[in-house]
Amino acid sequence: MTAVLRAQGLGKRYKQRWALADCRLEIPAGRVVGLVGPNGAGKSTLLNLAAGMLTPTTGTIEVCGGRPGDGAAQLAKVGFVAQDTPTYAGLSIEDHFRLGARLNPGWDDRLARDRIRRLGLDPAQRAGSLSGGQRAQLALTLGVAKCPELLLLDEPVAALDPLARSRFLDDLTEAAAELELSVVLSSHLVADLERACDHLVVLVGSRVRMAGDIDELLTAGQQLTGRRPTLEDLVLTALEETR
Amino acid sequence: MTWLTWRQFRAQAAWVFGGVAVFAAVLAATGPRLAELHRTAGDQFFQLLSSSYDDLYLLGALLVRAVPAVIGVFWGAPLVARELETGTHRLVWNQSVTRTRWLAAKLGLVGLAAVAATGLLTLATSWWCVPIDQAIAHGGDAPGFPDRLSRMIFDSRGVVPVGWAALAFTLGVAVGIVLRRTVPAMAATLAGLAVAEGVMSILVRPMLIAPDKVTVPITADNLQGLRNGALSVDFDRHSAWVVAERTLDAAGQPVPLPPAFTNCMQSGGDPNVCGAVLGKLGYRQETTFHPAGHFWPLQWAETGLLLALALLIAALCLRWVRRQPA
Repeated sequence: MTAVLRAQGLGKRYKQRWALADCRLEIPAGRVVGLVGPNGAGKSTLLNLAAGMLTPTTGTIEVCGGRPGDGAAQLAKVGFVAQDTPTYAGLSIEDHFRLGARLNPGWDDRLARDRIRRLGLDPAQRAGSLSGGQRAQLALTLGVAKCPELLLLDEPVAALDPLARSRFLDDLTEAAAELELSVVLSSHLVADLERACDHLVVLVGSRVRMAGDIDELLTAGQQLTGRRPTLEDLVLTALEETR
Repeated sequence: MTWLTWRQFRAQAAWVFGGVAVFAAVLAATGPRLAELHRTAGDQFFQLLSSSYDDLYLLGALLVRAVPAVIGVFWGAPLVARELETGTHRLVWNQSVTRTRWLAAKLGLVGLAAVAATGLLTLATSWWCVPIDQAIAHGGDAPGFPDRLSRMIFDSRGVVPVGWAALAFTLGVAVGIVLRRTVPAMAATLAGLAVAEGVMSILVRPMLIAPDKVTVPITADNLQGLRNGALSVDFDRHSAWVVAERTLDAAGQPVPLPPAFTNCMQSGGDPNVCGAVLGKLGYRQETTFHPAGHFWPLQWAETGLLLALALLIAALCLRWVRRQPA
């Protein structure tokens, strides 16, 4: 089993506060990983470290066999859809595709256009005029069409209404299966992850509390209590253990 | 990267290049008439010029000086600050292009445009002003047309504006990276440029190349009067830029003006009469100045200094953007 992300003693400090401390984590390739935890637990920090947007204060992190953000080849292997799914308001969807095509050697233009057509969006539309959900879809499309080995998504559905949210997640799982992508997706809502993920990492108070394949975690829970817990129960237990 | 940079920059580019083109057209329409007048009018040249030429002369000087500031504020400051402010840096920094290449492309393309726009404008203005410069150099009395060596005009002529454009642009980018907000970065860039221009013209430029120095005995003929509480003495150098003046006694030591003289002047005396006192004491006037011939050496020296500063700031920008936390 090859790891797509491997962290050891990983920590990030902002001035006095540790956003992430002593993080030891190994995420296998080919999974859709849910990164869950309360607000301020360090989910964003971990994802930003993995994308190379931040540099660690302590420890090491290795993503797809390289140091995050280290050169164009490494950047090509990792797709990152940042929180609030930023896009250029003044540029059209078409312009964003040209941006993707020119800045990424592995860009799959057909994939990008197919996705946007399926979503019923007009490529001539400016990103600034899209709704929050449509903008998130555009950002996801850019991340997927880049054809990375690992796609990182930081709270991609936080701004979406329930319908857009479920569509986005279905779409994501479909894309991940089709392209054999590894995906790490953060959220503070377990329900979001339940439908999309097969692997779980629980972060609490800047530390990793639980990590593993969801099936295995549920089976282990069943052996412990005699009853198969729901994912929600499992996560709540992990959160409460730290109190 | 070039495509994206151009796509983001083209609207701002159109405004500045459009403005430069309009002013260049005005100069092209009036320049030949000015040259014609210079050929035919002889000594009467400045008397025959209508006041609209004087207005254009000063407007041109103002514009050439303003364009680098506009470039710094509207091209430089938002270049990275707007991305950081709207979060789009997190989109573009996660494409398969390093931040260094991303910024290098932006600095290269927009920087080149900054140099080109200012270069075209100063070229057109300097060409238009040739007859006026020649008339001043040949001793014409030119009220309303400050000399090209003067503080008012120097930064609007020759190659120096190109240096200012490069400095203003990179300064704007750097301030934007540090402040991470567009509007404060624009304001800080403008303030920074005003300070830089003041420091350059008052403190640095006079010393960029060694000035000349002359000492002349003060006589009733060459004494012109008092200027800012100091003597003003005609030292017979046409269109020179005076950097410093001081009055020396017979032994060559700097001295304050004797009360007998200042009292005489304050009571409304004729400088020629009052000045006789100074002549009798053997006082002399020492003037430090740049002669007209220093124009181009000063231009090249200042441009070189500005370009070197711009390169240094650009290197800092590349360094900062590599380390910039998202």
